[in-house]
Amino acid sequence: MEAIGKLREDIQKELEDVEFIIGWEQGFDALHATPLFIRSQEDIDRLIWNPLCVHNLASYLPQLKGRKVGVLLKGCDSRSVIQLLQEGLIQREEIVIFGISCPGVVDLSKIRARMNVSQVKRVSFAEGNVTIETPQGREEFPLDEVLATKCLSCQYPTPLIYDHLAGEALSPQRPADLLYKEVEEIEKLDVKERLAHWERELNRCIRCYACRNACPLCVCQDYCAADSRNPHWLSQRAGIGEKVMWHIMHALHVAGRCTDCGECERACPMDIPIQRIRKKINKEIKALFDYEAGVNTEDTPPLYTFQMEESTIREKDW
Amino acid sequence: MSGVEGKELRVVGFLCNWCSYGGADTAGVSRFKQPTDLRIIRVPCSGRVDPLLVVKAFMSGADGVLVSGCHPRDCHYAEGNFYARRRLEVLKRFLPFMGVEPGRFEYTWVSASEGARWQKVVTNFTEQIHNLGPLHHFGEGDGSGGDR
Ligand code: SF4
Ligand code: SF4
Ligand code: SF4
Repeated sequence: MEAIGKLREDIQKELEDVEFIIGWEQGFDALHATPLFIRSQEDIDRLIWNPLCVHNLASYLPQLKGRKVGVLLKGCDSRSVIQLLQEGLIQREEIVIFGISCPGVVDLSKIRARMNVSQVKRVSFAEGNVTIETPQGREEFPLDEVLATKCLSCQYPTPLIYDHLAGEALSPQRPADLLYKEVEEIEKLDVKERLAHWERELNRCIRCYACRNACPLCVCQDYCAADSRNPHWLSQRAGIGEKVMWHIMHALHVAGRCTDCGECERACPMDIPIQRIRKKINKEIKALFDYEAGVNTEDTPPLYTFQMEESTIREKDW
Repeated sequence: MSGVEGKELRVVGFLCNWCSYGGADTAGVSRFKQPTDLRIIRVPCSGRVDPLLVVKAFMSGADGVLVSGCHPRDCHYAEGNFYARRRLEVLKRFLPFMGVEPGRFEYTWVSASEGARWQKVVTNFTEQIHNLGPLHHFGEGDGSGGDR
């Protein structure tokens, strides 16, 4: 409750100097939050902050370049901003950052998997539990069981960049060795089983590109290589080959830039575990270049540079 | 000669105009014996090889893909192969995760004068692909209903 009070105060102070400030408000029902564009005092009253505030609002920023705006950011979201600054895709002086220390957000598909959520009346969070009321009654369960997977290995609960900070700065409490758990599960399979895994999962892809549109680092917009007709990287065919090609394209275009925010997977209407494809590349980038995207504005993404002698790359010896 | 008697596989080679293409030419002019499975695509620089070109080659039916450029420090454009090395190494570590066997994709350096080295590279790589056999394509594995 304190954090929201502090947020409202800070927002009020800055409101005059910016076009608007992006936060979250209650969505179409009690279970959903939705992005809110704050322009007035009344809007400030609609602001909410709780584990339903899942969206990474940094995704809006590249298209707002040139305009002065404010944005609310959780720890993980702040890495997207750092990455965008590194690449010159946004300007620091154009953005007022309201950082929030974050204990975690829910994964709505984990909630949907355990109960019927078509008529949620009330949702409350207390003492590590979430309580959801529907006409059928109330369900209460530990928040940890429905937290987004990224939150279970969160290393940056406190934003790494901000002008204002709401809430006590938190130190990471989640085990870092869970970071690549899902990737390691696939690495344990033999190559044929991996192919079968991706066939099963990616076959559901409808190429709606919600994953791309939610990704804060996918900034090509209408010039996406996936839509290009010359060269024709992808056709309109519905087969698995095109779907796999699309995901490899996305993963390679964010290689060394992806901050693991999980928006791609969250936005997917087909519940496809696509973040692990991006994560695998992150893991290799970490091993090769000891690099993590979005932690330092002065860094250069590793694929934008090189060393004449690469100590970690062992080339094939014919 | 193909790696396996009577049967060729589809192997695609992206060769840098300034070094490896010349190296392959040198091997040809010197009449070094080479397998015939490789289809060469001449590119201006190994730095031009977008990793997606490699993926697209696999998706379009290649059983193996080889990228070959100038040795580090010998790049015609000074640093193209340095960028290539990083990108292609990431790709090489990534492809097996998606279900493409290690060894189906390699990158290396061959200079224009190294006809003998080219012969060795192309022979070894072709043999490596023949040992793996034809690529299991997406849509042909256990996880799909044959929907390509
Ligand atoms: S990953 Fe960390 S900062 Fe991001 S939502 Fe989860 S707990 Fe919050
Ligand atoms: S959001 Fe999901 S269904 Fe849509 S393109 Fe991405 S992976 Fe495919
Ligand atoms: S690829 Fe996914 S996890 Fe990575 S930055 Fe984009 S949305 Fe976030």
